[in-house]
Order: sequence, then structure tokens, then C-alpha cells
Amino acid sequence: MKVGVVRFPGSNCDGDAWHAVVDHLGVDAVYLWHKTASTEGCDVVILPGGFSYGDYLRPGAIARFSPVMSAVVAHARRGGPVLAICNGFQIACEAGLLPGALLRNASLRFVCDTVRLAVQRTDTMFTARYAPGQILRIPVAHGDGRYTADADTLTQLEAEGRVMFRYVDANGEPTSQANPNGALNNIAGIVNAEGNVLGMMPHPERAMDVRLGSADGVALFESLLAKVAA
Amino acid sequence: MARYRLSIHISPRRGILDPQGQAVSDALHSLGFPEVRDVRVGRYLVAEVDAATPDAARAQATAMCEKLLANPVTEDFAIAAVEPA
Repeated sequence: MKVGVVRFPGSNCDGDAWHAVVDHLGVDAVYLWHKTASTEGCDVVILPGGFSYGDYLRPGAIARFSPVMSAVVAHARRGGPVLAICNGFQIACEAGLLPGALLRNASLRFVCDTVRLAVQRTDTMFTARYAPGQILRIPVAHGDGRYTADADTLTQLEAEGRVMFRYVDANGEPTSQANPNGALNNIAGIVNAEGNVLGMMPHPERAMDVRLGSADGVALFESLLAKVAA
Repeated sequence: MARYRLSIHISPRRGILDPQGQAVSDALHSLGFPEVRDVRVGRYLVAEVDAATPDAARAQATAMCEKLLANPVTEDFAIAAVEPA
């Protein structure tokens, strides 16, 4: 099995994603430079966080046209898993892999914090190793994380159970105080209709070790890699 | 072929929360402009293009907005002007 970590000019969580996959889980990985028009036979693609192309125009707007993205979209259309984190989520939305968009945080402030997420589904390739309703502690670091979609899309996402993670308080309630960016319905992460593309603003790859604050991201990578290896 | 200067306005779609616009609106109110309503903050782009006619230049601008310059989920665009450059 091989994981591809895409690198755009301005990516800055590519190293963390690599570390999570290679050092924590012992899986092979390669970096996929944005000019490479191929996923090089990778079984899983990670679109990492950062500020690709300086967030010029809108986060993700320019990255989606880089050569590697046509290969990533083709990989996704074949059913290949894509884990899109933070800026990766923004890029996936711009590329049409996921519906909706990520807008400037309602507070207008960059938010760098550890938040609580409630796992909404455990019957997916990304969340199989979590317990139903489990509350995770996962870092966020973004200025444009307010998930938005039109009313019909939002209704459809909820009806189809495609919200994977929601920002919640200590009691598991999706309150506005627990919402770091003003995302509609406290949405922190969603999947596409086929269930093979996950986009999320929080950073599971930065929650791999209790000594560094949280290991709640480990089960996400384990779920995904176990599913692909099976 | 002639060269045209395009003026393109991109603004947050009405109905989508625009916290920047709200902050500017609040500031204007406190500066003594209580009559201000519904401020939205967007982008203004100027681009020069070569085209056969002004209409062709406008069509190019529209295609650029649809493909890249505006996000169809959250933003509206307007080609505010097409002038000889």
C-alpha cells in the first residue's frame, strides 16, 4: 500500500501528514508535487493543510487547477480514497469533489485551538475505528473554515448522513460556543455521496500522540488504511 | 483585435453571512453614518484582454468568472465595464 501526500507551493502540513502515515503507522508514502499529473499508483491521496498559492483569490481556487488535481479527481472518480484536511478541504470543494465552500471565519480571526468533534458515523472507511458518538479532541488552525452550502445541499448532506464530524461542547452538544468558525450546522467534516472523499477542517494528523496533546486522530488513519489494505 | 480593460466586481452573495461587511457596517454606524444598510465586502479586478469586439471581451470575462474568479456557491459577479485599454 502507498499513500500520496500532495505538495502545493504553500502546503505546510504535508510533513505532518507524512509523519502520521509513515512514522506512526509504518505505511509507505510519497510526496506528489503539484506539477505531477499523476497519483503515481497511490492507493490513498492526502490533500494536506497549508496556504496553497498563498490563498490568492480564495483558498484552494488556484490549487484546483494544478496538474496534480486532475489526477486526484480521476483517482477519486475511480473510488480511490481522498483525505482532504484544512486547505485540502477547501481545495476539494473548489475542485467539485465535495459540495459547498469554506468562507472566512465568522469571527474574522484566525483560530488556532483544540476543539471537540462528535463522530457522526462509524460505518465509513474513515471512521470505522471510532465508537458511535465518540467525542474527539483535535486541533484546528484556520482563517477560512466556515462551512457553507445552499439550503438544498445542506438538507441533502444531513438526510444522507454525510456529515462525519460536528463541533460540539463537552456534553456533545453542537452549540454555537463550540463552533470555532460559524460553520453551518456546526459542520467540521463531510464526505462525498460515494463515501470515498472526506474533507475536514480539523487536523487529525496533528493528533497522533498523547504526549503532544491528543492521539484522537490515530483511529481515523487506522480506519482508512485498514480498509484499503483489506 | 483590440485591447480592452475589464472591470470585474465579485461580491458575497446576498443571504450569505458576510462578517467583513458586518464589521464595516458597524464601524460606519459608530462613525456617524446610521443610514448605512447592508455592506458587503468583495473584490475588484482589472484585467486587460485582447478581443475582436467589446462583446467578445465581455464574454471572455464572464467565462473567467464562471471558471475561476468567482465561486458559484458563495459569490456573485458583475462585469462592471469593458473599455478600450
